[in-house]
Amino acid sequence: MIRVEGLRKSFHGQAVLRGVDLEVPTGSITVIIGRSGGGKSVFLKHLIGLLRPDSGRIEVGGVDLAVLRGRALDEVRRRYGVVFQGGALFDSMSCRENVAFPLREKTRLARAEIAARVDTSLERVGLAGIGDKYPEEVSGGMRKRVAIARALVTEPEIVFFDEPTTGLDPVLVNTIHRLIQELHRRSRFTAVMVSHEIPEVFELADRIGMLHEGRIVEIGPPDAIQHSQNPVVRQFIRGEPDSEPH
Amino acid sequence: MTEPPLAPALRPIEGLGRWTLQIVNSLGRFGAFLGQAIGAIFTPPFKLWALLGRINYIGFRSLLIILLTGAFTGMVLGLQLYLTLTRFGSDAFLGPAVALSLIRELGPVLAALMVTGRAGSALTAEIGIMRITEQIDALTVMAISPMRYLVAPSIVAGLISFPMMTAMFDVVGIFGGYLVGVELFGLSAGTYFGEMQTFVDMRDIMTGFWKSVCFGVIVTWVCTYKGFHVSRGAEGVAAATTQAVVLSSVLILVWDYFLGTVLP
Repeated sequence: MIRVEGLRKSFHGQAVLRGVDLEVPTGSITVIIGRSGGGKSVFLKHLIGLLRPDSGRIEVGGVDLAVLRGRALDEVRRRYGVVFQGGALFDSMSCRENVAFPLREKTRLARAEIAARVDTSLERVGLAGIGDKYPEEVSGGMRKRVAIARALVTEPEIVFFDEPTTGLDPVLVNTIHRLIQELHRRSRFTAVMVSHEIPEVFELADRIGMLHEGRIVEIGPPDAIQHSQNPVVRQFIRGEPDSEPH
Repeated sequence: MTEPPLAPALRPIEGLGRWTLQIVNSLGRFGAFLGQAIGAIFTPPFKLWALLGRINYIGFRSLLIILLTGAFTGMVLGLQLYLTLTRFGSDAFLGPAVALSLIRELGPVLAALMVTGRAGSALTAEIGIMRITEQIDALTVMAISPMRYLVAPSIVAGLISFPMMTAMFDVVGIFGGYLVGVELFGLSAGTYFGEMQTFVDMRDIMTGFWKSVCFGVIVTWVCTYKGFHVSRGAEGVAAATTQAVVLSSVLILVWDYFLGTVLP
């Protein structure tokens, strides 16, 4: 279980998060939606320990991430897998080396075992056979899938997805979402995803939270969000433009 | 409670104070970065392959430019010093003059400037691109310290590579001077090398060595720091690369003078 209470963060005096409260049940897929520039990625960076809040708690398995440093923070991160917006693949390594990297660096597995797990991971994301190519030699969709394979190869308990389908065409968006669903069914990890892919995320998520002006203004199952009476949520999921002052 | 606005006459003083605080803050972060890197150097497990990769990147790949600039620096020294020494009837001292100039000053400084231009800028750009494409964040969330993985091997590689590059610069430069003094102007080879053995001693060699060690740390420290703190995309990488090369070059010259006054 991840529990966030009263999370606040400002940059240069400008408040980005104004008291975020959220609970992510173990084993669920929770998607945070919201408008661009609304603080979704900043919120996710707090959950993975890349940013420290000005105030508030981020509990992961009963431990407050906000006060952890050094090795204690790394211990929590060992339970994580993270898929970054642009993939964040190491461009000096082949796709295979990228997927093998966390196993090589953080485990004592034998080379043969690492190779077998990398092959399985690439196969699961439908990329068996492209392992020797470098990230710049494969398409955007393939890069995202390699990033997913790398995030999942260590079999993490919690996986964070930062807009994993940004820049992809609608077919690829659905392909990636189905892949995440299938991998989730297989491994039962807890997933937190930041996305603004409406309506595709309604099929993927167990719970959806709307982040607006630094707060979660509504959270619930996809059905409830789709039928929300909150004007901010309704405007966002219908993609209605802002009303111009006359 | 908000503070009352300052009188217009006091605003320049406020600006100066803010600027001073920013400078002190930057220097503090710069120093803390080196402290963290030194801590990472001594934290096992040691990344031998990463270190060898960095030695290849900083040292071996700079070899050609070092040999080329070393040879021509020695040849220019040979030419100018021969023409000057001949006026005083002291052309026999060409060998030690070339060797001392190279070993004590020009070797460490020019080799460091060349490696800064070739490898230092590339180091800043590489780490900067890793920063803006979230590769450094990816390392961090994998519980892999970017300090230990990227910065520490670069600094140790600088410590090892710079003295080696300097030694090669010196040797090639001395032979460049030989080509001009002996092969072109007809000075005897025995005089060129014999007088060198008389006048160049271990203190001179150690002066050059300590300078190159210091420059190795300065260049890799500045270049990794600038790359690590890149922001604002491609423009930020370009700016950081320029700043890294300029700052490294200035610090090399300043530190060279400082070491020249304290080393024998």
